[in-house]
Amino acid sequence: MSEIKKIKEEYISKLDKVLDQHKLNEIKSELFGKNGIISNKFKQLSSINEDKRKEFASELNFLKNELQEVILKKNEDIQNQEINKKLKDDNIDVTLPGRSYFSGKIHPVSQVIDEVTSIFSEIGFSVEEGPDVENEYYNFSALNTPENHPARDMHDTFYLDRSKDLLLRTHTSPVQIRTMLKGKPPFKIIAPGRTYRHDSDQTHSPMFHQLEGLHIDKSINMGHLKGCLYYFVKKFFEVDKVKIRFRPSHFPFTEPSAEVDIGYKIQDGKIKIGEGDKWLEILGCGMVHPNVLKNAKVNPKQYQGYAFGVGIDRLAMLKYGINDLRAFFESDIRWLEFYGFDPLDVPTNYRGLSR
Amino acid sequence: MITSLSWLKNHLATKANSNQIVERLTEIGLEVENIRSSNVNLDKFIVCKILKSQKHPNADKLKLCEVDIGSGNLVKVVCGAQNARDGLFAVYAPPGAIIPKTNLKLKVAKIRGIESHGMLCSGYELDESSDKEGIIELNKKEKNIGEKYFKNTGEKTIDISITPNRPDCLGVRGIARDLASSGLGQLKKLSSIKTNQKLKNPIKISIKKEKGQGCGIFGGVYIKNVQNKESPDWLKKKIISLGLNPVSAIVDITNYVMFDLNRPLHAYDADKIDREIIVRNSVNGESFEALDNKKYTLQNNMCAITDKSGILGLGGIIGGTRSSTELSTKNILLESAYFFPSQIRKTSKILNIDTDAKYRFERGVDPESIKLGLEFGMSLIIDICGGEASKFSIVGKVKDERKIIDLETERFSKVVGFSIKNSEIKKILTSLGCSLKMSEKKIKVLPPTWRPDIVEDIDLIEELTRIKGYDKVPLINPGKENIKDTLNNKQKIFHFVQRSVASKGYTEAVTWSFTDSKIDNLFSELKNEIRLSNPISSDLDVLRSSLYSNLMISAKKNIHRNFEDLMLFEIGPVFTGNKPGEQLTMIGAIKTGKHSRKNWIEKERNFDVYDIKNDVLRTLNELGINSDKIIVSNKKKKWYHPGRSGLLSLGSSSGPELAYFGEIHPLIIKKLDLRTDNVLGFEIILDNLPEPRKKIRETKPRFIVSDYQKVVRDFAFVIDDKYSSGEIINLVKKIDKELIKNVRIFDVYKGDNIASGKKSIAFNVTLEPKDKTLSDNDIEKVSKKIISTVQDITGATLRS
Repeated sequence: MSEIKKIKEEYISKLDKVLDQHKLNEIKSELFGKNGIISNKFKQLSSINEDKRKEFASELNFLKNELQEVILKKNEDIQNQEINKKLKDDNIDVTLPGRSYFSGKIHPVSQVIDEVTSIFSEIGFSVEEGPDVENEYYNFSALNTPENHPARDMHDTFYLDRSKDLLLRTHTSPVQIRTMLKGKPPFKIIAPGRTYRHDSDQTHSPMFHQLEGLHIDKSINMGHLKGCLYYFVKKFFEVDKVKIRFRPSHFPFTEPSAEVDIGYKIQDGKIKIGEGDKWLEILGCGMVHPNVLKNAKVNPKQYQGYAFGVGIDRLAMLKYGINDLRAFFESDIRWLEFYGFDPLDVPTNYRGLSR
Repeated sequence: MITSLSWLKNHLATKANSNQIVERLTEIGLEVENIRSSNVNLDKFIVCKILKSQKHPNADKLKLCEVDIGSGNLVKVVCGAQNARDGLFAVYAPPGAIIPKTNLKLKVAKIRGIESHGMLCSGYELDESSDKEGIIELNKKEKNIGEKYFKNTGEKTIDISITPNRPDCLGVRGIARDLASSGLGQLKKLSSIKTNQKLKNPIKISIKKEKGQGCGIFGGVYIKNVQNKESPDWLKKKIISLGLNPVSAIVDITNYVMFDLNRPLHAYDADKIDREIIVRNSVNGESFEALDNKKYTLQNNMCAITDKSGILGLGGIIGGTRSSTELSTKNILLESAYFFPSQIRKTSKILNIDTDAKYRFERGVDPESIKLGLEFGMSLIIDICGGEASKFSIVGKVKDERKIIDLETERFSKVVGFSIKNSEIKKILTSLGCSLKMSEKKIKVLPPTWRPDIVEDIDLIEELTRIKGYDKVPLINPGKENIKDTLNNKQKIFHFVQRSVASKGYTEAVTWSFTDSKIDNLFSELKNEIRLSNPISSDLDVLRSSLYSNLMISAKKNIHRNFEDLMLFEIGPVFTGNKPGEQLTMIGAIKTGKHSRKNWIEKERNFDVYDIKNDVLRTLNELGINSDKIIVSNKKKKWYHPGRSGLLSLGSSSGPELAYFGEIHPLIIKKLDLRTDNVLGFEIILDNLPEPRKKIRETKPRFIVSDYQKVVRDFAFVIDDKYSSGEIINLVKKIDKELIKNVRIFDVYKGDNIASGKKSIAFNVTLEPKDKTLSDNDIEKVSKKIISTVQDITGATLRS
């Protein structure tokens, strides 16, 4: 038996029995260390006859590769075995809770403003804003509600001065005037915001939210108003069918004016929008009064259009089954967490308004 | 405005039933708010006879009655009325009936130990009179026992909400006219009144000509030898159905005519008038006692009805007690007048009086209805109370302000979206009382005197649309074209930052824009608080100048409910002045209590300033403001802990203020009784956020990654305590902006082994070469530069 074959057999069987890393390292240095068997054999190459040297070198190289491969394999086996051995005892109780964190929520009013904005964005409306403090002119007179007009009685107003010129806006309609005064027609805007009335009981809060809508162009008529609001109501309540009733009413700043009712029924103690034979008033609207256009420096002979105002809090109550308006503003963390929305729930058209 | 089907039918010939009428009313803009249907319940009230009435064994003031309720049924009823006696016919309400006055449902109940099956009713309980004493005594016979007491059951009262532009519908006739116009019947002609009026009115009437005179026309009729009395049944029932109490025939008649024709009348006891009626402006200080039993002191220039002795009443608002009619009144003066709406409104606002007459005059009563009112009032009074009437005295005149309106047929369809034939226009407007002159394209329209709201073509268009029906308006699907972007930059920031803050664990609150001045002052730098003239309550008396005021109130409520670990925020306006536009949009966020409470994996840990700093910094980063541009300094507001708060500003410490953060001042926490010692907060001033001129993608540099290894080296200095970590980091970064990628503080220490006034600070510096691998020499060079710079500038010593 050749010397090389002997080494091979001896060490293959030795390696086969090796079980731990330490022993493997020993064998590795026995073979390939500075004075290792294989290393020494290579050193001896020069002393071998030239005619045999080539063959011997080839055999030696072959042996070296073979042994190294076996060692490498063994090495991996041992390491895997060690990891597997550790894993056997490495158990934790995954049912234990993790570290503390807080989940934030978005208020229903904000969520509904985003929903409504998304809906109107789809049909070309942009968002305008106006100040919470208004003067008498923008809140009333410019809106065709002169002093001593009984319609003012319907707006219990908070005043900021004795002369009653400065006040908290009682509706978002002053934004109509401000928007028209600072721009040129056409106008196609919505204006969500805080509004204030001196009224406080179970169903009234001294502050609430409105959404104003205004569309002025050369030939916008009441049919467009109807179409726009149908679209809105259907989208907002996310129903296929919707029953809507336009009922004549009166607002000084629109003519003809209408109030809009939606059909609903109560099913299993919950309100169901779009079906049933009960009516619920949800918004006021109409064709912008020529006097309002004049006050806003828009020529009523050339331009016309519609305006509407919706109660945002009321929309939120109807859609999300919230009963108590006053709870909206009481900041009870239990209420906020119950009715609030995940911040990642951004209402969009493509993902749907709500989950 | 309240009416009923039968009352409407006095003016409207119609076959429509009440459901059709109610539906139509709403369709034409006379919104039915309520239908009080009494039939089912009222049918339960029946005629009964008290067979035997004896004292209640356990109560002196109560009686135990055996009552025959018909069909051979006898029941036992406990009754408190003194007039309950054997043989009396009365009104019986069985268990289950609802008492009209109180809306309470009767039950079989034990009263002082004895079961009472139902009740014997008083007129008060049945809402028929104000008489609370005793039960109703009926003049009936045995055969009536068991009959329904209420004859008119099935009659519904209809409560209609009348918009302020429709004074004409504050009378039943106006409502009937609208119904007729809409095709639901014919408006009946008013019956003509023929009364002998031979007497001369002995009371002279005059309207003083003076500036601001509130009375346009004053008409009067003198009726002699009346016998005032309780109103007949039909009239009483009408008055009660209006929710009013019957007083006497004369008063009830004036109210009846007012509700029937929207024509307020007033009756004076003529014998109490001192010689003549003079309508004049009041003089400051004049006073009188009004029919609501209150004394009013008048200011200058209020419209007063006076006689030689002084004020009798306020024209069109309220009469006075001095000249009021009584059951004993013998001679009366009946007034039918026209008062100007603006004067009525002004006076009633100042004196805070609201009456049915005032409500009508301020909206506009038909100035042409003076005579009509006198005729109807007079003839009813003579019918019921007898007497002899004088000729009418009508003084004054009101200018007819109606204008002829040009209506173009085309304009109707342009506004409303559907077309209407000229013949329809004619039919509808005529039925509403307009006079028309038709030509092909234009129609000239004169509105009736009772419609002060119709002044221009758009008013006519509304009338036509309303009567035709809003359901005729077509539905035009909305177009999708945008005129401009949905949101402007500020609005985008608003919506983004709102969700950015919420995503860090804060729950959004929406609180009122007003707050308690005592609390707001703690968080305010305003010289003057922004007070409301008429706050809803004394603890909501100012506009907030900080979001903290209401957030603290909210936190307190929650903490007192044992929800101590809170993260709340609000985004919205705070106010800097009381003029439009003097407001800022801010975010206020607070954390109270602990980040973690005792649990198996974490130590208990309070929220701290570095939590809140991280939240606000991350929010600003997410908004697109690079950390490098945000300068942290310790500028502070008075409501923060002086040593644990800071300012984030843009570019430099004197740049635009982006946000404040820190611990809320301990004295404020104590004052507010928050029951925690740990309240932290941040405020972002959204209006100060920079408006990006470019999109983020445009401002980003080219993406370059270095293939060369980065190197991290540690340094530790002992340094004067006055140097903040931020200053040291900036100092080091500036040494080689290209190479030094990051400086991270990993230890700050004060105490043993460090001299007082000094601190040890340790940080590591990350070097990221761009063009070559750093040699030991390169690293050594930078390290030396770092050490020498820090030492030279701060006087620090290297720590070994």
